[in-house]
Amino acid sequence: MPYSDKILEHYNNPRNVGSFDAKSLDVGTGLVGAPECGDVMKLQIRVNPETGVIEDARFKTFGCGSAIASSSLATEWLKGKSVDEALGIKNTQIVEELALPPVKVHCSVLAEDAIKAAVKNYQEKQEAAEPAAGEPVGAGA
Amino acid sequence: MVKTPIYMDNNSTTRTDPRVVEAMMPYFTERFGNAASRSHPFGWEAEAAVEEAREQVAGLIGASAKEVIVTSGATEGNNLAIKGVAAMYKKKGNHVVTQVTEHKAVLDTCKRLERDGVQVTYLPVDKYGQVHPDQVRGALTDKTVLVSIMAANNEIGTLQPVAAIGKLCKEKGVLFHTDAVQAAGKIPLDVEAMGIDLLSLSAHKMYGPKGVGALYVRKKDPRVRLEPQIDGGGHERGMRSGTLPVPLIVGLGAACELARRLLPEESAKTFALRERLRTSIMDRLPESYLNGHPTERLPGNANISFAYVEGEGLMMGIKDVAVSSGSACTSASLEPSYVLRALGVGDELAHSSIRFGIGRFNTEAEVDYVADLVVREVSRLREMSPLFEMVQQGIDIKKIEWAAH
Repeated sequence: MPYSDKILEHYNNPRNVGSFDAKSLDVGTGLVGAPECGDVMKLQIRVNPETGVIEDARFKTFGCGSAIASSSLATEWLKGKSVDEALGIKNTQIVEELALPPVKVHCSVLAEDAIKAAVKNYQEKQEAAEPAAGEPVGAGA
Repeated sequence: MVKTPIYMDNNSTTRTDPRVVEAMMPYFTERFGNAASRSHPFGWEAEAAVEEAREQVAGLIGASAKEVIVTSGATEGNNLAIKGVAAMYKKKGNHVVTQVTEHKAVLDTCKRLERDGVQVTYLPVDKYGQVHPDQVRGALTDKTVLVSIMAANNEIGTLQPVAAIGKLCKEKGVLFHTDAVQAAGKIPLDVEAMGIDLLSLSAHKMYGPKGVGALYVRKKDPRVRLEPQIDGGGHERGMRSGTLPVPLIVGLGAACELARRLLPEESAKTFALRERLRTSIMDRLPESYLNGHPTERLPGNANISFAYVEGEGLMMGIKDVAVSSGSACTSASLEPSYVLRALGVGDELAHSSIRFGIGRFNTEAEVDYVADLVVREVSRLREMSPLFEMVQQGIDIKKIEWAAH
């Protein structure tokens, strides 16, 4: 299968690999996919509660090179965006940027789901009021 | 330093041995005759070459030359054996016994027969991928005309108890076919000692050219008859019409002759390299699992699952090494290898599997290079894996409610 240079570049030098403390109030965590389907993405955002801007992002992915590249790219794009802008990221933009072949489109869909899940998790934590920190939103719920 | 890319996918195909190519060359140019031309020396020369090749094929499997039918490869051989027997013996019965980890060339042939009213029993396998002869015995009915069980599996290298199955088929008077495409030239095969009535093999899996193979069809005790699947000029005792591809057949013969001569030494060498690779990787990587049988397997095959790392992702990391994966990510479906599933390997470990196929031309230096690369990349990808992280944190990933997608 032909891979684009951009996929290979992200695969070989993935951006923002790692984890934040999922319990922290300013962190939103999205965990999507399933091991038996061959891909799982964990995507985290750290949001400035004053400005609502995503100041940092991290990911960990179990999956093929395209899944790793899609999540790596997503973390790059998330930084500096507001949470609302983050929800505007579409899988088709990822497909275009990485030149994903048709059989790999599902990797970009998963990345979009991960972004949505992370944002949702962050917002739920905020709404749950001051002291309590919620659990991460699991499995694309 | 080793030269890259390294080819370690010899269960898929093999490089044609230069000695085989050399034997073939004259039959493309000055010795171009049609083996069926009886009226001039061009034809006689071609026919003599084909007959010599037939002897060489027969010599590898303990058959006689007259029992060797030339085919385009093992897919055709399997089709001809199974459909040919089912059609020829349909008055005797309409039941075929096979097993679930056969190659698609056998399984899909059987599925077609089912659409035509033949009953097929697909025996399950144990966790190593083996069927037990008693399972075969239990599946036989008075309507059974054929048992088709492979000699060695293409993905996991597991050997089937062919001799025991052949023996019981003889007792019961049922024909026994084996797809020996992976086994031929890699392990000793003897159609007499093993009670085999039909055997498919292919040249390109044993350092011969692509596009040619052979079907062994027993001539006595019993004399096996087949309904031809290709009609025409009545070549190959009427079982397979079509002008013989003489250069390819010469290559098939030369490959079989070489394989027969080299087999003891070569199987020991590929086994030693396989074990060097397997131990070097598995001793250094916890939670890596060998798929298939620990000892009853092809000497050059190692199929290993690396927990928490996806197979296709790993292949990208070791892209200088040609291997294959049981992961489904290369296909449009999300189904991983049906062979690994049949063994009861969970889907997530099936997605994490890599097949290494060591062959005649691999070296110790290549094995060491590949082992180091695999260890490095698996470790890197595990650091990137959310599953690995969860397990480190003591989370049971089997208890999480994952959303299938």
